[in-house]
Amino acid sequence: MTTQSTLLPDRETAEVLDRTLVARPSLRDTVDQSIAMAWRAMKKMRRNPEQFFDVTIQPLLFTAMFAFIFGGGLAGSVQDYLPWLIPGVLAQTALTACMATGTQMREDMDKGVFDRFKSLPIARIAPLAGPMLADVLRYGIAATLTLLTGFLLGYRPDGGVIGVTAGWALTIFAGWSLSWIFAWLGTVARSAQAVQGIGMMIMFPLTFLSNVFTDPETMPEWLQKFVAVNPVSQVVTACRDLINDGNFSAHVGWAVLGCSVVVAVFAPLAVRSYSRKI
Amino acid sequence: MTRVPDTDLAVAAAGLVKTFGDFRAVDGIDLEVRRGEVFGVLGPNGAGKTTTLKMLATLLPMDGGEASIFGVDVRRNPHMIRQLVGVTGQYASVDENLTGHENLWLFGRLQGLSSSRAKAMAADLLERFGLAEARDKQISAFSGGMRRRLDLAASLISQPPLIFLDEPTTGLDPRTRGQMWDTIRDLVRGGSTVLLTTQYLDEADQLAGRIAVIDRGIKVGEGTPDELKTSVGSSTLQLRMSDPAETADAAAVVRRVLDEEPVLTPEAGGMNAALPDANRAADVLIALRQSGLSIASATVQKPTLDEVFMAITGHSAEDETDAEMEVAR
Ligand SMILES: Nc1ncnc2c1ncn2[C@@H]1O[C@H](COP(=O)(O)OP(=O)(O)O)[C@@H](O)[C@H]1O
Ligand SMILES: [Mg+2]
Repeated sequence: MTTQSTLLPDRETAEVLDRTLVARPSLRDTVDQSIAMAWRAMKKMRRNPEQFFDVTIQPLLFTAMFAFIFGGGLAGSVQDYLPWLIPGVLAQTALTACMATGTQMREDMDKGVFDRFKSLPIARIAPLAGPMLADVLRYGIAATLTLLTGFLLGYRPDGGVIGVTAGWALTIFAGWSLSWIFAWLGTVARSAQAVQGIGMMIMFPLTFLSNVFTDPETMPEWLQKFVAVNPVSQVVTACRDLINDGNFSAHVGWAVLGCSVVVAVFAPLAVRSYSRKI
Repeated sequence: MTRVPDTDLAVAAAGLVKTFGDFRAVDGIDLEVRRGEVFGVLGPNGAGKTTTLKMLATLLPMDGGEASIFGVDVRRNPHMIRQLVGVTGQYASVDENLTGHENLWLFGRLQGLSSSRAKAMAADLLERFGLAEARDKQISAFSGGMRRRLDLAASLISQPPLIFLDEPTTGLDPRTRGQMWDTIRDLVRGGSTVLLTTQYLDEADQLAGRIAVIDRGIKVGEGTPDELKTSVGSSTLQLRMSDPAETADAAAVVRRVLDEEPVLTPEAGGMNAALPDANRAADVLIALRQSGLSIASATVQKPTLDEVFMAITGHSAEDETDAEMEVAR
């Protein structure tokens, strides 16, 4: 028996039974499909409000807690510590929120509906890009609440509206970019717990071995070296420049570039391992 | 743009192979499904039905063989295949967090329908599948039968010319099963081509125009339901004699009346005989009474998948599952 198959793989479109078929989704289709997937993720969040715990409780708690614990010791007073602490906590909460993105994606991928997504003529990146897009809302909430808690404690940054808004936006962008690492982890790890475990192992060194809480000058030299190349430190320094001084410094450029590189590397990796996973 | 010449074959597959490690789950299956027909793939649990369907739907890579759907090569143009096939899997694949309407709307949007068109299609499908009342209920509140119907509706939202149904009624109660059959028949009246798998001969008989019987990844038979049933007789008479010592005499009577050799079953005094027509059972019973042979029980049964297997392969599907389990142990 022979099968008749006349199509060559390099043909972009073909007419079959009076339908026009496309060989791959266009960029426009990809965007539309990702937005539809983001809509799904939003619905899911609305119906499972516990997904907002990490971006609501944690910024409130951490900001106040670290301010009162370290403020006096590290900077003399809570007031003086806030300009140092707030940009740091911004980055820290964004990173924690990222971890949840990966864990939830892993959980989601085990559900039956992902079988259907695989059988649909949609861009392979859409089921990943959708939830990542929706999670921008979570990073937004986290960043806003952290700043508000700071203001409540008496934080009065000199960066002005533009500087603060830019720092807020950079935090969200950093959260979104770094979440691709966790999305990739989500596609390769065996279970949601594994993502959580590996996520912790990545997150703790990244946040604590950085300039989030204290000036690295007091650290041993080998540690300073790590802190300097830690991408979290870059983001935190950039946020400090923006929020405290309204200064669009070179650190801001490096932070944006670093985050973009993370997306450029991990988004394709995530899509590739997702497409392979059946 | 290329126009793929219209072909009479919705599915043309030759020598499909899928291996998991050393195990050949699908071992060289040929399938030809014609446009507009319902084609049934019949086989016991573990025969390779789902695996075959998944390869054809681009959900699993093929390890061997060739396949095309409406003339489009499955291996080389997976994205095009996904535009031609609506897949309803063995396990409902709809979103638990969304309502019935939201699910259908999402699948419509993902496949390029405008928001308003997706809404209209969703409402229409919910109506057609008797789910209108449940449109705003979350799926977690749906019954098994409702989930299956929603799942089927979800595969239809883009009006694909070919529909795959993997064991559409396994696990449903008889009433819901009948409803599902009606729904599938309606689809076919609408001109769709359907490739379905099932473990039940009567389901294939009810729905399919042609059937392929598969067993351990190999196609062992193919034909119309009538052809398959003729090969096993339309029903089976199961007899059990009161006195096992009379079994041989009783078998002789059955042979004389039906002109057919009965098969002795393991329990004492038991035998099965294929009936060309269920009414012939009465002739057998009368002849037994006239010969002074007493029966303990008599049942007339419609042929089961197991008997089809017996007739085609000479061994029972059940035995084989048991044997496999023993090997596994
Ligand atoms: N991912 C897999 N890995 C290993 N074995 C598998 C996998 N999927 C299916 N199998 C095996 O392949 C055989 C055929 O499975 P399947 O196609 O699901 O059968 P059916 O649908 O006819 O019940 C079974 O023995 C099953 O255990
Ligand atoms: Mg199966």
